Amino acid sequence: MLISSLGQGLLWAPLAIGVFITFRILDIPDLTTEGSFPFGAAIAVSLMLKGQSAITAAVVGFLAGCLAGLVTGILDTKFRIPSLLAGILTMTGLYSINMHIMGKSNVPLLDQKVLTEYLPAGWNLEIQTIILGLIVTVIVVTLLYLMFKTRLGLSLMATGNNKEMSSANGINTDGMIIFGYMISNGFIALSGALIAQSNGYADIGMGIGTIVIGLASVLVGEIFLRGHNILTRLIAMVVGAIVYRLLLTVAMGLGFPPDDLKILSAIILVIVICVPIIQNRIRTKRQLKKYLAQMEEQDDESITSEASTKGLLSRD
Amino acid sequence: MMKVLQVKHLQKVFFPGTDNERHILKNINLQVEEGDFISVIGNNGAGKSTLLNTIAGTLQADAGEIDLVDHDVSKKSVAYRSRFMSRVFQDPKMGTAGDLTVMQNLILAQDHQHTVNLKWYQKKNDIPQYQELLKTLNMGLENFLDTQVKYLSGGQRQALSLLMATLSKPKLLLLDEHTAALDPKTSHEVMKITDDMVQKKHLTTMMITHKMSDALKYGNRLVMVQDGQIKLDVRGVQKNNLDKEQLLAAFE
Ligand SMILES: Nc1ncnc2c1ncn2[C@@H]1O[C@H](COP(=O)(O)OP(=O)(O)OP(=O)(O)O)[C@@H](O)[C@H]1O
Ligand SMILES: [Mg+2]
Repeated sequence: MLISSLGQGLLWAPLAIGVFITFRILDIPDLTTEGSFPFGAAIAVSLMLKGQSAITAAVVGFLAGCLAGLVTGILDTKFRIPSLLAGILTMTGLYSINMHIMGKSNVPLLDQKVLTEYLPAGWNLEIQTIILGLIVTVIVVTLLYLMFKTRLGLSLMATGNNKEMSSANGINTDGMIIFGYMISNGFIALSGALIAQSNGYADIGMGIGTIVIGLASVLVGEIFLRGHNILTRLIAMVVGAIVYRLLLTVAMGLGFPPDDLKILSAIILVIVICVPIIQNRIRTKRQLKKYLAQMEEQDDESITSEASTKGLLSRD
Repeated sequence: MMKVLQVKHLQKVFFPGTDNERHILKNINLQVEEGDFISVIGNNGAGKSTLLNTIAGTLQADAGEIDLVDHDVSKKSVAYRSRFMSRVFQDPKMGTAGDLTVMQNLILAQDHQHTVNLKWYQKKNDIPQYQELLKTLNMGLENFLDTQVKYLSGGQRQALSLLMATLSKPKLLLLDEHTAALDPKTSHEVMKITDDMVQKKHLTTMMITHKMSDALKYGNRLVMVQDGQIKLDVRGVQKNNLDKEQLLAAFE
C-alpha cells in the first residue's frame, strides 16, 4: 500500500508543483488545472495511439499545458479578466478541445509502450512506477530549482510577491505572470500525461477535482516541510503529493467507495487548511501564557524586593 | 544644463463624463534639470501624487507629453520608464518584496533593464559589496542579508527602499512622502540619509513632503502644487530666502 502510494504520489508530484507555482509563487488560484490536466492526458494518449513514443507524448503533453497556461495568462493580464474567471474560461474551453482530441469521453491505450516499460522488465510494476516517478520528479525539481536561481526566477518570485515594486524595478510583470501560468500548467499537463499512461486510458472527467488535489498536496507538503528555501519548498510539494495519495489509499482501505473520493478530497483540503491555523493559534496561546507567567514572576520578585526594602527602611 | 524631465501640458481627469468627474492635473508644465533636488508641497488632494504617478507611468496621462532624458515616454510602460527612474513610496511595504531577502531585494533593484535572463542572480563574491552598501545606512542591516524583508521594521524597510532606489543609478528619483509613515526620530534619520545619497550621487530628485521644515531645508528648488496647477516654483537664493510664514501664506 505504502509502495503503491509512493509511486502514484510521485506521478502526481508535477501537479502539486504546478499548483505551487501559481498558488504560492504568483499568489493566484488557477482553475485552468482542471482543464490542463486532462488536456495533457488527451494529447499524450492520442499521440501514442498515432504511433508516437511515450516520451514524445509526455513532452508534447507538457507543451500543451504551457499553451493552456498562455491562454489563461493572456486573459488575466491583457484582457484584465479576474484570474479566477480566466481559469474557469480556459478550463471550460478545454473541455470541448479535449473532447475533439479524444473523439469520445474515454480513450484506452491499446498495446502502446508506456514510459514504465522503458525500465527493466524484471522489475515489478510498482517499482517501475516509483523509479519513473523519481526520474520525472528529479528532473522537474532540478529544472525549477535552477530556474529559481536565475534572474528570471527572481523576477518571477518578486512579481508574485509585490507587483508594484517589481514593475518599478523594471520587471515586465505581465510577462512574468504569463510565464508562471505557462510552466505551472505545463507541469500539471505532464502529470496528466503520466497518470493517463499509468491508468492506461485518458478520460474526459479525469480533471475534475484536480485543483483540490493540487491545493491539498501543497498544504500537506507545507505542514510536513517548512522553510523559505526554494529547494525545501519544492521537495515539500513532492512529499505533499505522496502523503496525500497515502491518505486516499488509507481511506479506500477503510472501505470508502471510489465515488466518495471527491468529497473526501474536499474534506481533506478543509482539514489541511484549518490545521495550520489551529496549530498557530494554540502555539501563540501557549507562548503568550508562558510569557505572561514569566512577567508575573518578575512582578512578584520586584514586589517582594520592594517590600523587603520597605522593611529595611522602616527598621531604620 | 541637460533636462532630465520635461512635462508638457499634462492633463489628468478622473471619471470623465460622470458626476464624479475630477480634473486633477490642469495643464502642468515642468522642467527638471540635471542635479535639481525639488521639494514638492501642496494641500491634501492637490494632485502631487497624481503628478508623480503619471511621470512614473502607473497612471496614464490623458493629454500632454512627458519627456525623460530627451524622449517621449508618455505611452511607455512603468517597467520601461524605470530604466531611467526609481521610486520610493509612502508605505514602506510598497517599495520592497517582503517575502524575499534583503540581498534578493538589492539584486532586484540593481538592474532595471536585464530582468529576464538565465544568469545566476546571487554570487558569493558580491556579498561584501552589499554589506558595505548596507553599512552606509547605519541601521545594522548588514547583518540581515539573508533575512526576509517582512521581518524588518518600517524604518529599516524604508531605508532599504531608499538604498535600492539609488542602486540602478537613476536619472530621476521620485519620493512620495517617503518619511511620512515613520516616527519622528526615524523620519529624521531617513531624511538625513536621503540628503546624503542625493548629494553624494548627484541624484536629480523630486520629493513630495508635508513637512515645511524639510521642504525648506532640503533641495535647491521648491514647487507648490495647488488645485492641479503649479502655483509656486522657486530655486536657489530665492528658495533659501523663503521662510515658513511665507510658505504658509502661499497655501491660502
Ligand atoms: N486612481 C485614481 N482614481 C480616482 N481618483 C483619484 C485617483 N488617484 C487620485 N485620485 C484623486 O485625485 C485627487 C488628488 O490626489 P493625489 O493623491 O494626487 O493628492 P496629493 O496631492 O498627493 O494629496 P496628499 O497630500 O493627501 O497625498 C484626490 O482627490 C484623489 O481622490
Ligand atoms: Mg499624495
